[in-house]
Amino acid sequence: MNKEKAVPPLVEMQGITKAFAGVTANREIDFDVLSGEVHALLGENGAGKSTLMNILYGLYRPDAGHIFIKGTPYTFMSPKDAIAAGIGMVHQHFMLVPSQTVWENMILGLEDLPYILPRNEIREKIRNISSQYGLEVDPDAKIWQLSIGEQQRVAILQMLFRKAKVLILDEPTAVLTPQESLNLFKTIQQMTAEGHGIVFISHKLDEVLSLSDRITVLRKGEKTGTVQTSHTSKEELAEFMMGRKIAFTINKRSQAPGESVLKAEKISILNDRGITAVRNLSLSIREREILGLAGIAGNGQHELCEALVGLRPVESGHIIMNNKELENQTPKSFISSGMRYIPADRKGTGLVPNMDIKENSILKKYWKKPVARGLLINWKVVFKQAIDLVKKYSVSTPSVETPVKNLSGGNLQKLMLGRELSDAPKALVAVHPTWGLDVAATHFVRQQILHERDRGTAILLVSEDLEELLSLSDRLAVIFKGEIMGIFDNPGEATPEKIGLMMAGTPLQFLLKEV
Amino acid sequence: MEILIPILTAAVRSGTPILYATLGEIVTEKAGILNLGLEGIMLVGAYTGFAVTYHLGSPWLGVVMAFVVGALLSLIHAFISITMKGNQVVSGLALTMFGTGASSLLGRSYIGFTIEGLNKIPLPGLSQIPIIGPVLFNNDALIYGSFILVFFLYWFFLRTRNGLNLRAVGDNPQAADAMGISVDKTRYLYTLIGGGIVAVGGAYMSIAYTKMWAELMTAGRGWIAVALVIFAIWNPMRAALGAYLFGGVEAFQLRLQAAGTSIPTPLLMMLPYILTIVVLFFISVSQGKGILFGAPSSLGQPFFREERD
Amino acid sequence: MKYFRVEKRLSTPGWFAVAIPLLAISLALLSGGIFLYFLGVSPLQAYSSMFKASLGDAYGFTETIVKAIPLSIAGVAVTLSFKMLIWNIGAEGQIFMGALATAAAVRYAFVDQPFIMFWIMFAAAACAGGIWAAFAGYLKARWNVNEIITTLMLNYIAIHLVDFFVYGPWRDPASLGFPMTAPFPDAARLPLYGNTRVHLGFLIAIVFAMLFWAILKWTRWGYEIRVIGENPRAASFAGINYLQNVLIIMFISGALAGLAGMCEIAGLQGRLQHGFSAGFGYTAIIVAWLSRLNPLAVLLVSFLIGAMLVGGETLQIVMRLPLSSILVLQGLLLFFVLGGEFFRKYRVRLVSRGDN
Repeated sequence: MNKEKAVPPLVEMQGITKAFAGVTANREIDFDVLSGEVHALLGENGAGKSTLMNILYGLYRPDAGHIFIKGTPYTFMSPKDAIAAGIGMVHQHFMLVPSQTVWENMILGLEDLPYILPRNEIREKIRNISSQYGLEVDPDAKIWQLSIGEQQRVAILQMLFRKAKVLILDEPTAVLTPQESLNLFKTIQQMTAEGHGIVFISHKLDEVLSLSDRITVLRKGEKTGTVQTSHTSKEELAEFMMGRKIAFTINKRSQAPGESVLKAEKISILNDRGITAVRNLSLSIREREILGLAGIAGNGQHELCEALVGLRPVESGHIIMNNKELENQTPKSFISSGMRYIPADRKGTGLVPNMDIKENSILKKYWKKPVARGLLINWKVVFKQAIDLVKKYSVSTPSVETPVKNLSGGNLQKLMLGRELSDAPKALVAVHPTWGLDVAATHFVRQQILHERDRGTAILLVSEDLEELLSLSDRLAVIFKGEIMGIFDNPGEATPEKIGLMMAGTPLQFLLKEV
Repeated sequence: MEILIPILTAAVRSGTPILYATLGEIVTEKAGILNLGLEGIMLVGAYTGFAVTYHLGSPWLGVVMAFVVGALLSLIHAFISITMKGNQVVSGLALTMFGTGASSLLGRSYIGFTIEGLNKIPLPGLSQIPIIGPVLFNNDALIYGSFILVFFLYWFFLRTRNGLNLRAVGDNPQAADAMGISVDKTRYLYTLIGGGIVAVGGAYMSIAYTKMWAELMTAGRGWIAVALVIFAIWNPMRAALGAYLFGGVEAFQLRLQAAGTSIPTPLLMMLPYILTIVVLFFISVSQGKGILFGAPSSLGQPFFREERD
Repeated sequence: MKYFRVEKRLSTPGWFAVAIPLLAISLALLSGGIFLYFLGVSPLQAYSSMFKASLGDAYGFTETIVKAIPLSIAGVAVTLSFKMLIWNIGAEGQIFMGALATAAAVRYAFVDQPFIMFWIMFAAAACAGGIWAAFAGYLKARWNVNEIITTLMLNYIAIHLVDFFVYGPWRDPASLGFPMTAPFPDAARLPLYGNTRVHLGFLIAIVFAMLFWAILKWTRWGYEIRVIGENPRAASFAGINYLQNVLIIMFISGALAGLAGMCEIAGLQGRLQHGFSAGFGYTAIIVAWLSRLNPLAVLLVSFLIGAMLVGGETLQIVMRLPLSSILVLQGLLLFFVLGGEFFRKYRVRLVSRGDN
């Protein structure tokens, strides 16, 4: 990478600081992008990467700091300004209007267009740019009809259409199959060859190492380092990401699993669109066992989990707990049978943000004694139990009457954990339980899950964090398009390559045959 | 067949104020803002149109001023809904109350006055066409205006740059925002324009339909328009269909009354409302799964950009 | 470059709860006064006659209570459904249906025993209003049919239904063609307090307000309702049955509104007539909103609005203004309250973006 000092970087950010309602998301961060380079922005979930780039893209305004585009200072009041300055961004949730066509989305917000949209001209232009970058799309397709990979192509084209010089990609491979990811990488290479600057936001070390020219690591809102990819190593990056070399070893005693507690027998489940998301799936989880479930988001995990806790009906098959067929019954029956759920979206499904801690703590047991006293709720008991819970699970809060919406992500999760685990459940479905938490909270939550397992609970652990799955699971399953590709009875045998292939659709038995 | 023409003609005339109100609300809702203040806006529009026409002698000025006043009233609702992120249902109701009271207060000294207003202008040649001629082409200018408006809006939403941006703001404000469109500005603009169009519907009542002012003269048409927007699935053409349908029911019922039928008036008066519920039911059931297809996805929800959970 | 930034508040200072409503009332009166002034009406004269009429003497005071009664009962009704985020704007229709059922009970199920008759009317009104509302509720819960529209349409249907009867089969021959039923027999009238027009509905209003306040705060069911309103997804997560609760709440809401109707015609007016409700159902929505969905506050707010309504009638009589003029003040009050809500939830700061 020989860049003369005289050429100013495409983008230079200096001293960027941004806080939201008391939480500092970015603290005095410097960041720059050179022409023709892929600059990866690495960090755990919640480190501040998206915030920083949203500032560059004009969606947020920084509390302090400066932005220079090719040496000239700029202030972006909205994405309009950023786009005009040549900055483009492809978000994790694509900024596309599902009900409209590709060509309509492509020109959304553009001003130097005639009042009456020249459809054919636009379609032509799309086809040209499309073939220039090898991103094939059908201009007349409606967005909701396209696959995720195709939608991403549209989102990228959207930015190229606007002559973006710098392209920010926010966790682009999170929703792609390995093959689609490869295509994306090819596209990125082509773009850098044409002089674009790419910012690649990710929390996946391997990708970042193979793809980028430079890497900047963020941790809890601060920059911990910027390195040349060729000069760094996984260990160094991990240290930048995690902090001091703390050996947070998980104390995992091996347990002999007991009887089967939760069984799914050949269940098929539809998603919200009416399409089959889970197909004839069977699995069984035993007492004192954690079954990990790996898979790319969107392959049926969400529907499976909801069905297992009674929030979604099954089209066929059985869900059996304690010898009772529970499928299609009310969520309350599942709860009464001892099933607990830690969902992925904490503030959405799990908690009521406007209510306080004590009111949230009884969500799963408000009809049972001693909380319930006949038709009434015994708030004195609730208050006391809430205090105990908050202490036991180290939830940091001024009081149990603080509205839950004021709690930080980590404390929210601990509260939810406390609530779900507080009355000795028989089974637990935990989805991304440590997503977005800091190191200490993550460790705490994992310990609690293990503790629960030791106590006898059967646990289904769904996570995108492979390291978490490998270290916590007793058995590891991989799901693809609603079917189990295979289960490792010994997670030690599960190499990232094997898992990756299974996540992309190769059943385990085929992999074993090759050995 | 001969009774058909007077009924259809009456349907068009009676349906026109509803049509304007529905079209105006479609514009507003397409941007994602729910404005339930239509009844109030229409009444103030009716008063404004009447008063201006009465004093200045020009019905056209009356229509223009009604539009302006309607837009100004909607500005209050827009400010509360967009900038202050207030509850749009309640704000709309407040606007209805305010508009109703204000129109009565303002119009109290105009009761009993009459104006020239707008007269029918038969279109040469076109009005001779059997059946549709006298029904469609023997009307006043505001009715012709409504025809034009229907087609204009249909074309506007589908084929123009601004129409596209408007739809995006209503369907996915995050995406529109990320592409540099000012969601707030767009919503303000179309809430105002929509409100103005609604007011023109009210002005039609006093300037062309009755050529008089009476307290509460719109008699619930604003509320029917709110329902019709859904019936029309936010499509201007279907809005016309719906508006004339309801105008027709009203005309039909008046004819029956005049013909001395024994069906009591109140029962007939119920028809439009029952019909609306039935239609709404069928639309909702056929969409299934609670997704009202065709509805702007962000309808009624305030937009936040710097939202962190 | 400076700009305004809107930020969410973490907590609301306690004094806001008092300051904001007071400020809203003051601003509403002020802007209303300015409006009146430009209309050639003296605001001072208007306001003072309003005040004198409603709160200035004992008679006015009782009249205010009389107006407040249906507002309070219907206000609690609306509060219940709004708490579950069901935008029931059909209180007016439910009031009419309750009144209709009451008149039907008097006409067809009359028992010359006040105590028994009361309960017959009570049951009839509650069922009629309840079913009327539950119908819309069912459509919403089952097929997601927009309840704003359905309840609205049902309002008009109910009003016309009442018209049908009072213009037609139930019209009192002695009423010289006016659309009203014959006066109710004494047994069907609610007892009055002293020689005021304040009727038993006063007690009913207080009982219901306290009852539902207690239910929401202390019972399991109240908890369920609040959870559904605050976060429907979490509610289904907890296994709270949405459909069931929608139906029950809508039925109760409609029943209460129906009872408000019963109180009006059995307590105050003594007969069923065209247009007996001066838009109470819609005014009840204001009451519920101003009370911030707290049933106890509904009592206080309905008194306040009742005073406004009495004042409005005075404006009509004394100052020859149209009866609907008072709606201007109500609308303005609601606008300012909505504005006040903004400052409760958010904070506006003038921020400088630094140099450029």
